[in-house]
Amino acid sequence: MDGEELTEQETALYDRQIRVWGVDAQRRLSKAHILVSGMKGTVVEFCKNIVLAGVGSLTLVDSREVTEEALSANFLIPPDENVYSGKTLAELCCDSLKDFNPMVRVSVEKGDISSFGGDFYDRFDVVVISSCSFATKKLINEKCRKVSKRIAFYTVDCRDSCGEIYVDLQNYTYSKKKLDETDECQLQYPSFEEAVTIPWRALPKKVTKLYLAMRVIERFEEAEGRNPGEISIADLPGVLKLKKELCEAQSFNESHVPDALLERLVSDTSEFPPVCAILGGILGQEVIKAISGKGDPLKNFFFFDAIDGKGIIEDISNPNPGS
Amino acid sequence: MPQGVFVTPHPEVRLKNAFENLDGVCATNVLLHTVLSLSFCFVFMIINLFVGIHMQIDMDTIEVSNLNRQFLFRQSHVGQSKAKVARDAVLRFRPHISITSYHANVKDPDFNVDFFKQFNVVLNGLDNLDARRHVNRLCLASDVPLVESGTTGFLGQVTVHVKGKTECYECQPKPTPKTYPVCTITSTPSKKVHGNLHFHFFQLLLNISPKFMMIVCTFAVCTLHCMGKRPTFAKLFGDKNQENDLNVRSSDAASSSQQAEDVFECQNDEGIDEYAKRIYDHVFGYNIGVALSNEETWKNRNRPKPLYSRDVFPEEPSQQNGNMDKNCATDDPLSVSAMASLGLKNPQDIWSLLENSRIFLEALKLFFGKREKEIGNLSFDKDDQLAVEFVTAAANIRAASFGIPLHSLFEAKGIAGNIVHAVATTNAVIAGLIVIEAIKVLQRDANNYRMTYCLEHPSRKMLLMPVEPFEPNKSCYVCSETPLLLEVNTHRSKLRDFVEKIVKAKLGMNCPLIMHGPALLYEVGDDLDKDMAANYAANLEKVLSELPSPVTGGTMLTVEDLQQEFTCNINIKHREEFDEEKEPDGMLLSGWTQAPRVEKDDNKTVGNGGSSTSNASSAMPVEAEEDDDIEFVPTGKKRKVGEISKATNPNLSDVADDDDDVLVMLDGENLDINKKKKLQ
Repeated sequence: MDGEELTEQETALYDRQIRVWGVDAQRRLSKAHILVSGMKGTVVEFCKNIVLAGVGSLTLVDSREVTEEALSANFLIPPDENVYSGKTLAELCCDSLKDFNPMVRVSVEKGDISSFGGDFYDRFDVVVISSCSFATKKLINEKCRKVSKRIAFYTVDCRDSCGEIYVDLQNYTYSKKKLDETDECQLQYPSFEEAVTIPWRALPKKVTKLYLAMRVIERFEEAEGRNPGEISIADLPGVLKLKKELCEAQSFNESHVPDALLERLVSDTSEFPPVCAILGGILGQEVIKAISGKGDPLKNFFFFDAIDGKGIIEDISNPNPGS
Repeated sequence: MPQGVFVTPHPEVRLKNAFENLDGVCATNVLLHTVLSLSFCFVFMIINLFVGIHMQIDMDTIEVSNLNRQFLFRQSHVGQSKAKVARDAVLRFRPHISITSYHANVKDPDFNVDFFKQFNVVLNGLDNLDARRHVNRLCLASDVPLVESGTTGFLGQVTVHVKGKTECYECQPKPTPKTYPVCTITSTPSKKVHGNLHFHFFQLLLNISPKFMMIVCTFAVCTLHCMGKRPTFAKLFGDKNQENDLNVRSSDAASSSQQAEDVFECQNDEGIDEYAKRIYDHVFGYNIGVALSNEETWKNRNRPKPLYSRDVFPEEPSQQNGNMDKNCATDDPLSVSAMASLGLKNPQDIWSLLENSRIFLEALKLFFGKREKEIGNLSFDKDDQLAVEFVTAAANIRAASFGIPLHSLFEAKGIAGNIVHAVATTNAVIAGLIVIEAIKVLQRDANNYRMTYCLEHPSRKMLLMPVEPFEPNKSCYVCSETPLLLEVNTHRSKLRDFVEKIVKAKLGMNCPLIMHGPALLYEVGDDLDKDMAANYAANLEKVLSELPSPVTGGTMLTVEDLQQEFTCNINIKHREEFDEEKEPDGMLLSGWTQAPRVEKDDNKTVGNGGSSTSNASSAMPVEAEEDDDIEFVPTGKKRKVGEISKATNPNLSDVADDDDDVLVMLDGENLDINKKKKLQ
């Protein structure tokens, strides 16, 4: 939809959400281009949300084939083997998503996300990646930051019944209406690399343990040359050893990263569907905020753990960001 | 019930492992009440957890505006039953699951206690307080745990209710939606004038939220005044905005009633254009003029300006100010539109006084021209385009009179139609939370039940805030059977008043049975024999003190709803006088005390003497009929729960209980609307 006004069709379909975020925001949504990589449960939930919201286009990247695990958490894959065999996850999801909202252009980009050149990202306003290694996350984040137009960058991962969202909006200015006045707010986001290399001792006191545990697992998979999620209970001793090393190197108290939590994360790497829905919902809201330029965006990590039921925002950035 | 208790080695892996363990359970049944969002049924079937799902959806059919979040539905499904389509969609993805769907109202007598007893857990996704209360009582009666939920815009919550262990849904009073039941614009009901065409005026029933739509109320009020009827709506607004306090009284209301009856009748030789303009002049000109004559009212308020068509409309030789042909093309009455006829395309535009006036006249003409058969029986429906146009125009013209900002059709529709704004993302989050609680319930993992609140702005770093459920409120009249107190003039109020306003409206009973000691004063039922039915009908018209078993001060009535299996005792206290404005019903129900909220975990008991609730255990009765339309609101809403310091309990139910913060997301114009939606 390239016209300035929303069409009658759009107004009717989006009536209820326009009442939440306004016509202007809806228009911006309809012009936004989103890139998504890693079509697992959480990402699929996110895609559903933004397609329903009425974005301009959605490009999917995931050349993996269907697995048992994928079927259980990914509701976009029709459970019929005749239908899904031979197709990649991205292709299957694409077909299903188009169905949710015919006004959104959904397409597939073949190939490995880490191999795309910098100019590939030029056409996107939002990039969301999942199921990526530590190195890939860093790489793509950097590529996005190099693009002159600001790209909103997100990672999302769900393991067992908990998960993490990372947000990078670089230098972000937005307007906030309070009563009768409008405030101009500005936030400065650290890059992924900057954020995760902040020494643990410098982190906010009582930072959620999940952040730390995720970093340990991430490092372990990296060090062992594993694909994300390619880890099992047999790796626990190795993981605990790595944790010890990391903590010692930073003079950080080991007990802040509970062994039980690590054990949980290595034992079960499959996603728990309700958590996918929750993370996908929160992420969807964040992307909508970023596109519309309205509302306080999350800075810069969000964690959810079904065990305690808390959805927590952590600000993992340097207090005095350098240039 | 086929449900085991699961013991797992590591408390932290409990959730996931447990769900795997439940695979073997033969018949785990879940009852889903879902209207607004069906996200969670997807989550359910994905887990393959539930062998039998009974899905109950209410009578709704699918509308276009549902499609932005109720993603089991497609454009091609518009008009079909939600229940049926949802079931088909679920089966497409999980063909082996057992689903039964009911295209029915949840209050249907078939869904009784025995029906509910089949289930291990009930999940609600309803959109109105009434239905929620009904289900709450059935769950209590059948001892089935209930997971409740609600969303509005970016806010939401999920709560768990287990009889005897936690609060029931009604332990904490919920604000009832503001309604202005008397905002009817009607001529004398059913009066026949022999041989003449009898043109009834419009009948609108509006559920209205503050400020703007109060204009429409007054529109109605003024009309009613002139017909000698007294407004009986509850207080609209406080004194803060004087310009909006429109309790206008005509000083000679009584004498003008005769005259008013004639006004709305079309004269024999009157053309429709003349009639429309005459109505316009009467409602927006004459009525205001009459109101202005009461000097008292306007001492501290801005005087409104009477508006007459001759002043508003420029000199126009032609009477036709609309192209009715545009509306001839279609036979469908619902697609008739004044906007289309006048070439006004954008519902987001705010029309000028002239445009609004044109719409008003055009809408009137179209009603009488294209929908004549419906006149006299029309009621407001937000999906009735012409009705929305009419109400918008009328309200705007009235607003112009009083110097209040005008609103677009889009905004007016939202307010008058009490539209709940809704997005897919919040629903998805709530859906996930519902499933998580449902699993805990099935595992009987009582220590981990949580009430979870989805906030728009983080509180103590939390966007999703879990809170431990509270113990049942010992003075809850629903789950703890505390008796209530009714102050009433037993010589003036009739049994009918008691039944309609107290038993049905306040207590939420559908099929009540009323006893005074052993005497059965009233009951509802299909199988009543003629004599009894006649007896009850007669009783309804008697004042309380003259009933066969006289109800006077000091007596006690027992009220029961057989379907809900819910009994309530009410002590009667006689009182002579009632404040017309504050207590328009002439009755006052109380006895509802805000019990100090005690957490299930004794270690975190909220101090009784603490700052939390102001009235703690002292029996300070709270007035059920507050000025601001909120019923059963305890004076102390704030509570402290452990480390959660967010003071107000964001009970969202179905009312847009917006924080100020929520306003941030909207465009400038919308900002004001949502402020107005905020509950007092």
